[in-house]
Amino acid sequence: MPKLYDVAHCRAGDKGNTSILSLIAYRQEDYALLVERVTVAAVAEHLSGIVQGDIRRFELPQLAALQFVCEHSLNGGVTTSLALDAHGKSLSFALLELEI
Amino acid sequence: MRTSLRIGGGAGFAGDRLDAPLYLAERGALDYLVLECLAERTIALAQLRRRRDPMGGYDTRLAARIETLLPILKSRRIKLISNCGAASPLAAADAIVAVARRLRIPVKVAAVTGDDVLAALDLDEPTMERGDAISTYAPIISANAYLGAEALLPALASGADIVVTGRVADPSLFVAPLMHEYGWSPHDVDRLARGTAVGHLLECAGQLCGGYFADPGRKDIPDMAHLGFPFADVDSDGNATLGKVAGTGGRITRATATEQLLYEVTDPYGYVTPDVTADFSSVTLTETAPDRVEVRGARGRARPSKLKVSVGYLAGFVGEGEIGYAGTNAIARAQLAAQILRERLAGRYSELRIDLVGSTSLHGRAFDSNERPYEVRLRVAARARTPEEAAIVGDEVEALYTNGPAGGGGTRKYVTEQIGIVSTLLDRARVSTKVTECEWGAHAEVV
Repeated sequence: MPKLYDVAHCRAGDKGNTSILSLIAYRQEDYALLVERVTVAAVAEHLSGIVQGDIRRFELPQLAALQFVCEHSLNGGVTTSLALDAHGKSLSFALLELEI
Repeated sequence: MRTSLRIGGGAGFAGDRLDAPLYLAERGALDYLVLECLAERTIALAQLRRRRDPMGGYDTRLAARIETLLPILKSRRIKLISNCGAASPLAAADAIVAVARRLRIPVKVAAVTGDDVLAALDLDEPTMERGDAISTYAPIISANAYLGAEALLPALASGADIVVTGRVADPSLFVAPLMHEYGWSPHDVDRLARGTAVGHLLECAGQLCGGYFADPGRKDIPDMAHLGFPFADVDSDGNATLGKVAGTGGRITRATATEQLLYEVTDPYGYVTPDVTADFSSVTLTETAPDRVEVRGARGRARPSKLKVSVGYLAGFVGEGEIGYAGTNAIARAQLAAQILRERLAGRYSELRIDLVGSTSLHGRAFDSNERPYEVRLRVAARARTPEEAAIVGDEVEALYTNGPAGGGGTRKYVTEQIGIVSTLLDRARVSTKVTECEWGAHAEVV
């Protein structure tokens, strides 16, 4: 089963307790596949236990990218989290494990 | 009027490399160099240093940065803009002048103040994160408004070689020289949006050039030990071409630029800064040559009426301890250690977390086939009110040497003071900024 890793790259960013995952297709022609398969529901299920709040998805066809803004995902927030990766910088590679 | 301006991104955070911006200044034919040195917590930590030392409170590596860069900035006539003033832009300006005097290089520094709004803060105002009152988070140690580019314009107009600020929205550090040189109006929303896109692309320095991007075999980046830092050639409409100095490591491509354009953007259709609300969805990124990417098409809407304020508070202490296990049954022995620690520590702390590094520490579980690692490291963390209480966490891990599972080794223990950050909004009218100049010229030493 192919993974998201095979068709897209991803970078994670943070603002407070919100994790922002930028998912970018390597090839423009795969963008439609991302839009179809990587839905809010699919991401919520895949990252269950990590993302505790709402997820908003922004479609950016011009950049062949989807932007996922995941609330309550950083154990209370970067500045006070007990987690080793308080910023959630490694979450990009959790998303890329999604089978599509 | 100029037709093109070259601005370099010379630091992405306070701890960033010092050699990369020097190389960029030497070889980059820059007009401006911007050093972005303030993460969310940096200014609150700086405020604590300022309490202990009234002449402290700015970037701890400021003197080192200026000592390295000043000779080349002066000889190449490159203007420097930096938020490395942190909690004390005035003390930072004095420190810069002191370095200049030691190097016998004349310098004029302009410090921008007014971001410190602690005295004006209404503790009954709600936080943006939870909507609860700011007073919930007492003791409050800092409150800094995100200033926009306009606050820097008098400093640039003064002809200063170096402009030093406290909290300024990161992209605004780059928008300011564009407004100054091209005479952009604060209401020219499309140009400000394009400038903001450029600033956002440059503000994390190496992250545009393959840093935080590389993935061997999939996203290869050459010579990362000598990653070049980026610059942008920006025209009077805000259209830009990104680049880096030939011979440096790293790579700038459509892919690296796309990752950085979207980095930490909570709404790509409305990225809010003090200067403008920028729509990045219409941006086009086009590779025009190796390591050259053209950026066009950001659109703007009116800026917000209020400024975001970042409030720092004391959030107690965290105690941590680590110990490693290896070989057959390593995970089971680490899990036994975790169970022992949980029994001994859980009643004592409000919040306790135990991770197995090499297995569950980053995501709580493995997302791929569960291949057993050869070694695993237990890490425990707990929140405490005092440093003494926090220290017990590490002591308990160390005690596993003689009281825990077989083969535990390599313990480490840490106690860290926690600074928390919440945000709130403040009317622009309640924030007034000021520019203070100070300088040193070789002639001043005749006395």
